[in-house]
Amino acid sequence: MTAPLTIAGRDFASRLILGTGGFTNHEVLASALEASGTQMCTVALRRLDPAARGSILDVLDAAGVEVLPNTAGCYTARDAIITAQLAREAFDTAWIKLEVIGDDRTLLPDGVELLAAAEALVDDGFTVLPYTTDDPILARRLEDVGCAAVMPLGSPIGSGMGIRNPYNISIMIERAGVPVILDAGVGTASDATLAIELGCDAVLCASAISRAHDPAAMARAIRLGVEAGWLARQAGRIPRRRYAEASTPDEGLPVFDTSSQ
Amino acid sequence: MTVTVTVNGEDRELPAGATVASVIESLHNAPEGRGVAVAVEGEVVPRARWPTTELREGATVEVVAAVQGG
Repeated sequence: MTAPLTIAGRDFASRLILGTGGFTNHEVLASALEASGTQMCTVALRRLDPAARGSILDVLDAAGVEVLPNTAGCYTARDAIITAQLAREAFDTAWIKLEVIGDDRTLLPDGVELLAAAEALVDDGFTVLPYTTDDPILARRLEDVGCAAVMPLGSPIGSGMGIRNPYNISIMIERAGVPVILDAGVGTASDATLAIELGCDAVLCASAISRAHDPAAMARAIRLGVEAGWLARQAGRIPRRRYAEASTPDEGLPVFDTSSQ
Repeated sequence: MTVTVTVNGEDRELPAGATVASVIESLHNAPEGRGVAVAVEGEVVPRARWPTTELREGATVEVVAAVQGG
């Protein structure tokens, strides 16, 4: 339905990336994966739980989707770099969704640590996709150090508040030479549509799907939302105006008031 | 002779000469293949070096695996 998304020279037919956090079990995740049509999913690393049954990797392999490891939970560049190196070892991929957060209440990115980690990881051969604020200047700095994409938040992780500053996202897109992937804040399908209409190249979505009452149905809704946004963007929307513009012509309007003739 | 090392926050007594590979083997249900990685003293130990990397007294070992997230 959409043209391929290209990140670091690799093509993806789907412009929806799924976060796997928050699903109640692997069966629900599998159904959402199928309904979403995604080709790439994030996973996290945590201490090995010897009691854990079944690996999420089996679910992703069965669905035929790629693994995009993240550095969720890291507060410093140092921790994020080690986590990325562990992920490269664990998953045989040099792709990393880089997250370096500033505090556990807002989960907002720490721009200073993020940029430092991004630069070090690019130098170490990683394909870095940083989760960032909606600051166009920071996005440019991340691109300048060699990030393969930038992933601005629409609003805080899990907040479902949509895109709070579409103007910043638009400015970021105008200036970006790498894909812009809206990451965080999507609450429902229309948020994903808006992101793509604004010009985002893709949407990353976790909580909106995993915490929905019916995750598979929401996965399909957001997939269609992405496609709707893409079609609308290609079609070219009409300009906004303050006053009405009639779509029916005035010409040939019959006159019923005979006193004026 | 034994060494005491910390594995994922828990102290463990291991025979002297214990390697990263032997720690992984000792963890019940540890997947052997993809999805597991190890850091010793904050440095990643590549899988190929697990059998030859011996753990010193007091070493801190972190063994991580894939979980849902992001």
